[in-house]
Amino acid sequence: MTKETRDPLVTVKNLHVDFDVRDGIVHAVDGASFNIYRGQTLGIIGESGCGKSITAKAIMNMIPKQGKVTGEITFYEKSEEGSGEIINEIRLDQTDPDGEVIRKIRGGHIAMIFQEPMSSMTPVYTAGFHIIEAVHLHRFMSAEKIGGQMGKNIQKKRPVTEAEAREIAIEMLRRVGIPNAEKRVDSYPHELSGGQRQRVMIAIALSTYPDLLIADEPTTALDVSIEAQILDLMRELQETQDMAIMFITHNLGVIAEIADEIVVMYMGKEVERSDTIAIFENPKHPYTKALLGSIPEIGEKKDKLETIEGMVPSPFNLPSGCVFHPRCPSFMPGKCDCVYPEYAEVADGHWARCLLYDGCWPETTEAQAVKNQAVAAD
Amino acid sequence: MGAFIIRRVFYAIIMLFVVSFVSFVIISLPAGDFLDQKIAELEARGDRSASQRVDDYRERYGLDQPLLTQYWLWISNFVQGDFGLSFEYDRPVRELIGQRLTLSILLSLTTLTFTWAIAIPLGVYSAVNQYSLGDQIITTIAFIGIGIPGFLLALIVLYVAIVILNQDVVGLFSQQFKDAPWSLAKVWDLMKHLWVPALIGAVTGTAGTIRIMRGNLLDTFGQAFIESARARGLKQRTVVWRHAVRMAITPLIIILGTEAFPGILAGNILVEVVLGLPTIGPLYIQALTTQDMYMAGTVLVLIVFLLLVGNLVTDLVLAWIDPRVRLE
Repeated sequence: MTKETRDPLVTVKNLHVDFDVRDGIVHAVDGASFNIYRGQTLGIIGESGCGKSITAKAIMNMIPKQGKVTGEITFYEKSEEGSGEIINEIRLDQTDPDGEVIRKIRGGHIAMIFQEPMSSMTPVYTAGFHIIEAVHLHRFMSAEKIGGQMGKNIQKKRPVTEAEAREIAIEMLRRVGIPNAEKRVDSYPHELSGGQRQRVMIAIALSTYPDLLIADEPTTALDVSIEAQILDLMRELQETQDMAIMFITHNLGVIAEIADEIVVMYMGKEVERSDTIAIFENPKHPYTKALLGSIPEIGEKKDKLETIEGMVPSPFNLPSGCVFHPRCPSFMPGKCDCVYPEYAEVADGHWARCLLYDGCWPETTEAQAVKNQAVAAD
Repeated sequence: MGAFIIRRVFYAIIMLFVVSFVSFVIISLPAGDFLDQKIAELEARGDRSASQRVDDYRERYGLDQPLLTQYWLWISNFVQGDFGLSFEYDRPVRELIGQRLTLSILLSLTTLTFTWAIAIPLGVYSAVNQYSLGDQIITTIAFIGIGIPGFLLALIVLYVAIVILNQDVVGLFSQQFKDAPWSLAKVWDLMKHLWVPALIGAVTGTAGTIRIMRGNLLDTFGQAFIESARARGLKQRTVVWRHAVRMAITPLIIILGTEAFPGILAGNILVEVVLGLPTIGPLYIQALTTQDMYMAGTVLVLIVFLLLVGNLVTDLVLAWIDPRVRLE
């Protein structure tokens, strides 16, 4: 899919989330802007506490009461008849957090899976119960056709019956690769392994055919071989359901494998955004470069792993200027600690928030090559 | 499961024997026995021949036997359903308890219903609206409820009802129904009296239950499954009741089993004494003070019996509501 024909599903513009806590105000998300396109995967990467999960929760409108959200989050609803026209633009940030509008979107259009598969299911209910609960809320069966008008089929919808919901639950469990699904549908969470639980969570999320799946570190709690299986599964299901994924992780290997486009976050700020190949081949922001530099390579002999100098600053006492300057290898005294960098497009579709690219930026032949490669890959 | 229950019943029987023996010994520990008190009382009234009849009484009640023999006589009859004779009333203990058991059960059930019907909704409200004005008010009242002893509340209620409102709230029946056979009018009269001790019991019991419910629920709200239930698009109300309360209520069921069953006999004894209720509690206190040992021992063993039954029932209920504790 070329960039011009990409079809936006959720757009986030200048998102800020502030928490007023006893010790001051925490800017959990401080100016994030990105688009999620239909059928594509957006990766969000950053270390713990950089605002990745809060961004996801803001899209779900599930920020705790104390949090203040500003900015625009828009969801573009398509008509279900297949004509593909946008019938509704919903400002998610302005919906009532327990209102009908957002509840229809949550789970129905935008589903979410979490980091903790161990505790994401209510322990006293079976795997099937959770899927059936979601199906009853969001899935409808087309009943008899009540007439066609101007080429459109108008069909009556009816709620799913108990037996149908159970069938769907078994079918979903089978699709996510749970063996013996007819029996497993009645298993309680504690009777399933960690990988199986995350599969069930995916089954719950996908049972309603959402447009977007937000996966908040879905494989962090799993071991590496299970992680690979879960990633394969997500990709496979994404293809069959034409679903977008917003994939949140701190794992660079995982994100390289799954994302089309990557947003890098640091201390609540979006510091770089580009397509995956450009981020990995030609990172612009020193933080991204440092992150990539810390990946050990097979075959390379090193005494010590590369690390990023210094500590993550306290959210109550952020450094002046660019928040990354105390740890930055390219720190320019008198500039980085004074001026807050603007978010600038430093190459085609490649955005970075860094004073290195203030005003003018060198278009290296290397960058050009990467860009050509990226376009070719598209 | 069958084996589990049989094993538990077996342990319970051993426990009952130990408790019955220990309590029997403890009750007879103070110097003298029931008869010494009785005779002192009779002589104080001027009955000179009393001391001469002591030996007759001793023999009649088996008090001339050594303690172990007394215990053996009592317990071997006990298992056959004969709980011995009350010295105080000179009637079988079984008969005395039987008369009052219905009212004790009725009172504790009413109290329990009041308590749960008030405490659970308030606890849930308090947790859902944490730190709101409503929560602060409920919390304040709950702490007052925990702080005020039931008997003091009973005295206050008596004062208000009798002195100010001129209502008859003492006991469980009005004078004219006290010895009347059961009839609709008598049941109605009972209802008119029953709510007073039930409410007092509920106020003191509710307070703790509200706090426990609130605390558990707040803990549960922080769990990942609550967030993921909301992310499925469930209504807040459904998330709270179907997912959070369902999980948070477990400790309350444990409390219910371990407190409510023995509470039938020894729930709010002081309140029952203050209000002069014809329940088992006051009977028990009196038996303890007068060393009416078969009566006291029987009630104590029954309390322990109910406690053990309560524990077993709790375990079974827990296994039923929470799949994680089910035995394979």
